[in-house]
Amino acid sequence: MNVALVKSTEQPYGELFAEARGRLPGDGLVASARKAAFDDFAARGLPHRRIEEWKYTDLRALLRTVAPLAPSPEKAALARAAVAVKALGIDGTQKFVLVDGVFVPQLSDVNGLEKGVSVRTLRDALEDKDNAVRADLLRTTVASDAMISLNAALATDGMVIDVADGVTLTKPLHIVHVATSSETSHVTRSLVKIGKGAKATLVESFAAADGAKAYQAHDSIVVWLGDDAALEHVRLMEDALDAANITTGIFTLGARTRLNSFGLTRGGAVSRYQGFITFAGEGSELATNGVNLLGNRRLGDTTLVVDHTVPNCVSREVFRAVLDDQAHSVFQGRIIVRQIAQKTDGKMMTRALLLSDECEADNKPELEIFADDVACGHGATAGAIDEELLFYLRARGLPEKEAQGLLIAAFVGEAIESIVDDGLRDIAISTAERWLAARG
Amino acid sequence: MPAVQETVDRVRQIDVDQYRYGFETQIESEKAARGLTEDTVRFISAKKNEPAWMLEWRLEAFRRWQTMEEPTWARVDYPKIDYQDLYYYAAPKKKKEIASLDEIDPEILKTYEKLGIPLREVEVLEGVVRKDEDGNVVSERRVAVDAVFDSVSVATTFQAELKKAGVIFMPISEAIREHPDLVKKYLGSVVPTSDNFFATLNSAVFSDGSFVYIPPGVRCPMELSTYFRINERNTGQFERTLIIADKGAYVSYLEGCTAPQRDENQLHAAVVELVAHDDAEIKYSTVQNWYPGNSEGKGGIYNFVTKRGDCRGANSKISWTQVETGSAITWKYPSCILRGDNSRGEFYSIAISNGFQQVDSGTKMIHLGKNTTSRIISKGIAAGKSQNTYRGLVTAHRKATGARNFTACDSLLIGDQCGAHTVPYIEAKNSSTQFEHEATTSKISEDMLFYCVQRGLSQEEAIALVVNGFVRDVLQQLPMEFAVEAQKLISISLEGSVG
Amino acid sequence: MTALLEVKGLKVQVEDNEILHGLDLTVNDGEIHAIMGPNGSGKSTLSHVIAGKPGYDVTGGEILFKGEDLLEMEPDERAAKGVFLAFQYPMEIPGVATMTFLRTALNAQRKARGESEFSTPDFLKKVKEVSARLGIPQDMLKRGVNVGFSGGEKKRNEVLQMALFEPSLCILDEMDSGLDIDALRIAADGVNALRAKNRSMIVITHYQRLLNYIVPDFVHVMSKGRVVTSGGKELALELEKSGYAQFEDKAA
Repeated sequence: MNVALVKSTEQPYGELFAEARGRLPGDGLVASARKAAFDDFAARGLPHRRIEEWKYTDLRALLRTVAPLAPSPEKAALARAAVAVKALGIDGTQKFVLVDGVFVPQLSDVNGLEKGVSVRTLRDALEDKDNAVRADLLRTTVASDAMISLNAALATDGMVIDVADGVTLTKPLHIVHVATSSETSHVTRSLVKIGKGAKATLVESFAAADGAKAYQAHDSIVVWLGDDAALEHVRLMEDALDAANITTGIFTLGARTRLNSFGLTRGGAVSRYQGFITFAGEGSELATNGVNLLGNRRLGDTTLVVDHTVPNCVSREVFRAVLDDQAHSVFQGRIIVRQIAQKTDGKMMTRALLLSDECEADNKPELEIFADDVACGHGATAGAIDEELLFYLRARGLPEKEAQGLLIAAFVGEAIESIVDDGLRDIAISTAERWLAARG
Repeated sequence: MPAVQETVDRVRQIDVDQYRYGFETQIESEKAARGLTEDTVRFISAKKNEPAWMLEWRLEAFRRWQTMEEPTWARVDYPKIDYQDLYYYAAPKKKKEIASLDEIDPEILKTYEKLGIPLREVEVLEGVVRKDEDGNVVSERRVAVDAVFDSVSVATTFQAELKKAGVIFMPISEAIREHPDLVKKYLGSVVPTSDNFFATLNSAVFSDGSFVYIPPGVRCPMELSTYFRINERNTGQFERTLIIADKGAYVSYLEGCTAPQRDENQLHAAVVELVAHDDAEIKYSTVQNWYPGNSEGKGGIYNFVTKRGDCRGANSKISWTQVETGSAITWKYPSCILRGDNSRGEFYSIAISNGFQQVDSGTKMIHLGKNTTSRIISKGIAAGKSQNTYRGLVTAHRKATGARNFTACDSLLIGDQCGAHTVPYIEAKNSSTQFEHEATTSKISEDMLFYCVQRGLSQEEAIALVVNGFVRDVLQQLPMEFAVEAQKLISISLEGSVG
Repeated sequence: MTALLEVKGLKVQVEDNEILHGLDLTVNDGEIHAIMGPNGSGKSTLSHVIAGKPGYDVTGGEILFKGEDLLEMEPDERAAKGVFLAFQYPMEIPGVATMTFLRTALNAQRKARGESEFSTPDFLKKVKEVSARLGIPQDMLKRGVNVGFSGGEKKRNEVLQMALFEPSLCILDEMDSGLDIDALRIAADGVNALRAKNRSMIVITHYQRLLNYIVPDFVHVMSKGRVVTSGGKELALELEKSGYAQFEDKAA
């Protein structure tokens, strides 16, 4: 590796870290953990195309400028953020709003927490000197790469949520990320624990307030499902056209758990969601559905690693991308089945619909199988709208645009249908419809 | 129990040391000095009486190779190769020019007879029917054989008939002397010297291989074939093959290899270049059973091959069919560059791994022209403690409108000590592309096995039946003679679990 | 009186091959025309060109529909004007519920004609009525368009659409292909129920049998891209007896 090259591009990050570390929450053990994480990032450098997992999303080329950490939002910014939160149109949730990486109680629902839910901010948790293992809040064991390390080094805030054993929540927990500041970055990290036998819905929203441009959102979320727990997870991203959003999701599933995860993104200048889902207990089921709706020059990268480390689990991944203009969609889905994970049933299907001649869809569905009594498979297709279908609809009176819209909606419909909560499903449907309508 | 325990035990007990073709021929060989320096390259070039331009080409490749690093991205693990600890040239010592087959060292001829390769041109032309010890008819096929024995082509049969059709089929060393213009025009045009570490090495030290040229409009009257084996200890075999089908031509080429038992690993870094012009078709089939290493995973061939076909002309077609059952390590991706409009690339493969073998193999289909199609059918069977990876790339360039691909990769696992992996890269860059890919991984169905056994088949016969069904689509692509050998090979490689 | 459909000297090419060599056909209001002919005679090409399917080059002639130049219109415009093509192989559209599809299409057509769109309850009522007549169960309409439908059910769905959209010209492209007698009878009954003074039909078929159920006023025989002979319904019976060969010669 060309060490000199690494130093020159990562120098600004070094400065950023040196400047910010004094202000970041947590000292002592936490500060050492941050330093170790940053050293790891510096050693690796920004991921580039020669690193297998980042082959199609070369951050070294895409993140040319290092954006300084955003300042705490003041009144005007908070007002803009409030508008953005309202515009989400999601009612009836327990909202926790982070603006430019900082928790804002005024915009959140701090009261009326349901019984069995305890919430604190990451900032508080990191500064809690009574918590001997608070440095662990920044550690990730399941996966490691430069961006995970960068997140651990610079995380300013986030939500730490605990749902007690046996609790069934009626209101979805909703973490809202709003960016108001331009050309800055904000780094957040949240941790959610769903206790044994508990049931909950978790929604994550990413939005840009009016006027927020070219910001970088670096987020991570770590979720544990205790035995017999069930979680509905919905992630909706509508970042600014020129924004960057790099998020890592880590899910560890106990025995007999159900995780139903859905993600919808409109992409950004760079948008990467990397999910690492590990089956740690037998008899669990995972359904993950993703939809990328990409236009302009947006890049949407969804990279999933599903690791069957124990027997008798089922995983289903469905991914749909619709691309227009010069957009770029990347889907990498790896299913790993360890030697003892017999009777694994793992299936993945990724499909890309290309609407223009300048877009690009890259699919890499991977299988890594070490057990033999398994049923695993994947499928991938890429192509344009079926001409025959289009003609059929037009011959029935539907104008071309409408016919296309209907077919595109059907294309992403299977993934959207997976959302159990009616309200959230409607939001996803209307988001898709809005995107379709906005196509020139 | 996943696979039936007995089955797994049997497969594990394969007496891998009883490798069927594991024997040595005691003849004198002439070797270059151990190691690889510029002098080695000169030595090789001189031995083959090459013209100056050829030596220069080699030297340039060698100098480049010295600056390159071995690739490490494949999912294969092997002890570091000391490139200076190998011999790069070994030829059976020839006393004089060979005027007829009778003058070839009879030991060598006996070796080929053991392998079942017909060097007896006259007998075949006369339609003489040969019988083996049991009185079974050994059917003679019309195959022109260019036998490569440890770096030098020993004999080429059917020369006369091919000559009549205008087909050039000769060792590449001969072609360099007799058809320099053709060689200069095409050599390195599909796999440039700079392509990858092993191709560069090959370009420097290749010793022999086949050269084929089919003139316009000619359908090659018979299947062309090359057999080769690696005999000498510590020699890397670097054969180089170049096949050109001119406008409207057709050729079917068979490549099959065996190798003797060895303790040290032996390196095999071949380069195969195919060029198909307008309306031409090249069918390239390989049945490969290099020595896989003994029951401890020691010894065995390292097979790092670069094979690529250039569908240069419109409506051209190149298809690769392979049955890979040997090698300790396999690293090969026969690929097609679909340059000409309406060109078509096909890849059919059965890759079986057992013992401690490691296979990282697959294909690349690169769609450049308009309305190009490609088809990939890959069947992987992993047993023992082996690792079997399919790695494929299907990509359509922005201007490659109407590109179509269908890919089906299926893996079968026998036992839980092995691994089967699929790593496809699918890149679509314009809206008229239609790419379809599907992959499955499973084990042999217990129900299927029970059904067969209940009907009287032994466990092993049942497995053989099921596996053969699993790989049927690919076997059907092989020329008939090869298909028979391939089926035998599949049985042998799963010996212990098949009858 | 303007004819409903006037095809004059229609020449059509598909990828450098001329399929129709100057075809003439006139259909007046309320008439049922049968078009018969062997494979490759161009019957489907004619129906596709009238409906506006891409991939066909009109190199000569014209098509007037209600006096207007049909070839100038997009397929959805033609549908709104009253052209309906019942596909030989109706498409399956997973993810698009039949009800949604029917309502969207109907309202699109009404909108194009300047008519008011159906309210959902009115639409549901209409669909219930029509589907009951055709024996199509309601839950089938909740499924994706034609998803999991048998051949007969797909054809019945086409007839359902005909009943809903109330077109002026119905082109039935080989409606009998793939159907057994019972399915055929049901579909034919549905079609016959739609006969009206202001509705014409072009029934394209190979076999005379369908014409026992949907009795035509006129029969045309096509061969090699032209109409080679026309007559009344007896012509169909004659064809049944003697085959197409005699007409092949006429086309040569």
